[in-house]
Amino acid sequence: MTTTTLAALVPVLPFLGANAGLLLGRTAPGFVRPLAVLPTLTSLVLAVLVAVRQGGDAAVDAATELTPTGSVPIELALHIDGFAALVAVLVGVVASCVQIYSVGYLRDDPRYPSYAALVSLFTSAMLLVVYSGDLIVLLVGWEVMGICSYFLVGHYWETPEARAASIKAFLVTKLGDVPFLIGLFALAGDTGSFEITKILDAVAHDGLDHPTLIALLLLAGVAGKSAQFPLHTWLPDAMAGPTPVSALIHAATMVAAGVYFIARLLPVFAASAAAMVVLAAMAAITMAGSGLAALAQDDIKRVLAYSTIGQLGYMTGALAVADRGAAVFHLLSHGAFKALLFLAAGVIIHAAGTNSLAAMSRMGHLRDRVPDAYWTMTVALLALAAIPPFSGFFSKESVLGAAEHVSTGHTEHAPAAAGWLVLLAGLLTALLTAAYAARLWLLAFRGRGADAPDHGRQPLTMTVVLWVLAVPSLAMGGLAYRLLPDWFDGRDLAPTLTTSVLGTGLALIGGIVTYAAWRHTTAHAARVPLGAVAAHPEGGASLVEAEAVAGHEPAYGDIAGAADPADPSRLLLGPLHHPAAAGFHLDAVYRVLFVRPVQAAASLVQFLDREVVDTYVRAAGTLPRWLGTAVRRAQTGNVQTYVSALLAGTVVLAVAAVLVASGA
Amino acid sequence: MHLAYPAVLSALLFCTGVYGVLARRNAILVLMSVELMLNAVNLNLVAFDVWLSRTAEETLHSGQALTLFTVAIAAAEIGIGLAIVLAVYRNRGTSHIDKLRDTAEGHGPDDTDPSLPDSDALAAEQAEKAEAST
Repeated sequence: MTTTTLAALVPVLPFLGANAGLLLGRTAPGFVRPLAVLPTLTSLVLAVLVAVRQGGDAAVDAATELTPTGSVPIELALHIDGFAALVAVLVGVVASCVQIYSVGYLRDDPRYPSYAALVSLFTSAMLLVVYSGDLIVLLVGWEVMGICSYFLVGHYWETPEARAASIKAFLVTKLGDVPFLIGLFALAGDTGSFEITKILDAVAHDGLDHPTLIALLLLAGVAGKSAQFPLHTWLPDAMAGPTPVSALIHAATMVAAGVYFIARLLPVFAASAAAMVVLAAMAAITMAGSGLAALAQDDIKRVLAYSTIGQLGYMTGALAVADRGAAVFHLLSHGAFKALLFLAAGVIIHAAGTNSLAAMSRMGHLRDRVPDAYWTMTVALLALAAIPPFSGFFSKESVLGAAEHVSTGHTEHAPAAAGWLVLLAGLLTALLTAAYAARLWLLAFRGRGADAPDHGRQPLTMTVVLWVLAVPSLAMGGLAYRLLPDWFDGRDLAPTLTTSVLGTGLALIGGIVTYAAWRHTTAHAARVPLGAVAAHPEGGASLVEAEAVAGHEPAYGDIAGAADPADPSRLLLGPLHHPAAAGFHLDAVYRVLFVRPVQAAASLVQFLDREVVDTYVRAAGTLPRWLGTAVRRAQTGNVQTYVSALLAGTVVLAVAAVLVASGA
Repeated sequence: MHLAYPAVLSALLFCTGVYGVLARRNAILVLMSVELMLNAVNLNLVAFDVWLSRTAEETLHSGQALTLFTVAIAAAEIGIGLAIVLAVYRNRGTSHIDKLRDTAEGHGPDDTDPSLPDSDALAAEQAEKAEAST
């Protein structure tokens, strides 16, 4: 088969699997698990084949026009360069791991068939985004991901948190998608094509008429999808969904779509220096803010969610300094270790019966209950904190190196201000990342107190996947940084000495300071008993998680934080702790700015409808009602009256007829 | 005999019948008045038939045939009418038409208060709710 056929099969197979799963879910439950896992695995194999055949050489392009549209043509187009080939492999790996993990995680879940089908559909949409060479086809995948995310975040729809989170995720991403769509049309209007290769040609030769406007409109959609400030608020709340969904959607694929989109169209963004500075500022605020917020979260998955936002900030930062190789390198390594972190967190939540770090810090021997999750999570946290030689170190250093390169004014692609913003925020975030990674590890695995409950071994499907993902988290960065430039733009991705020393030094300081703070505060833990666990700890993993999500707010008073004096983050953040736990009250600001006005407008419309429009309608009905009342009085019930009236009418009609006939 | 005599007689009979139908209280007398009206019509039919058959060369006497029909139908009608009057009398203890006013406005179990202006709107709202809930 040709490379084009193989590449076309990659997104089609999970799509067919999703359809078959939805159709057969009720009638043939035995087929659901193979239908969920096999198409995804096959498309992973095909994606690897495509990557091998493409091999980082010239991009594979194929296009077929289904029907003429009248103006700008829309084509089913493939555009597979080194970025697309490798990101598709990442999506395939993570999606396969998540599907296998879900078999164990949602073993007893009655809605597993629809869940697995939606995950397959989601995978297919992401692969479509990755391979598509036409922006409208890309947009189709982009929106399918949005709706799948809505359904999957709301998987535990019995809990109010999940319902609210799914609607929030959908609305906030749509808030970015509307400008995104307008931006796509503006881009096509300027360049006369939706096809990526033609757009890039047009930008390279003629430039754009409105580069800043287009770039900012597209950035809004990217900020929504990739959870960048100020549209990031949906991502922490989306942790109300099942853990494998968090791993797939909110760590490795959907949020990566925005970064990947900028990487594909980087010349369009680079055409406007203002857009690049906005992108850099967005990345800087996102990185630093999410690092502080992650340090204060109590829910283990919300820590990881904020960490995802921060790492995505690194990627957009790399794009702001016009180095898409570094951005996609970090996307690849982050996809591996963040998926691993989430999946391991799912195992831990199942074992501990709670998602609260405060409760875990009061459990002894939790790490002995889940040795696989303990070791793999340690690897992934070290990768997250960018400690050499784990993969996160190399990818993060390539980002910081690119920023340093730009800030010293060695390049004309990006403004030096963007370089400084990204570099400083990146270094600060390196410190914060190490701090919250250390806090997470210490609270979860070094707890003291009553022993953690023992439910026996975790299912094999859940633990094997962790080790599969631990391999790239451990080794990919070191092995890949020499090979990847051949696949990407050819720019060097090797870590530079200055940023490596600075970044690693800051990370070590962050870890050590957190350890010292934890040593200081952990003595309080015994004095303040905390810790509510799920009502059915012996149940399936998904049931335990749903109960943990629903129980966090009643048990600890807040969905994000817990009143725990033994938390080292209280000592580290001081007065910042409360706003950081609440995400710097951005939700409250949005409530005032958007939710309240919309609600007020809705009540105004309701008033206008009920009181104004209805008044006219009722008034118009008054006259007929009066007439009806008057006519009703004639209905006396006496038949003789009726007959009299009939007779009188007949006589009148007869006289009239006679008069008319006689011509009088 | 001149046509005027039977015509005047039948007009008098019909008016008597109309008066009886409109003015009598007792249902049986009303029925008798109806019979008077019918027979006034019968008289007209026969008289005009005879008058027309004088000038016509050939006639089927359809007026007289129609009279026979009317008589037969009137017999059936009065049978049913009297049965109804009997049933009403057994149920209500009266056959006075003035007192049989069940169809009057504001009477009967399922009728709402006519003074309430919104009764129609309320009924419409209830119907909407029933639709929405199904």
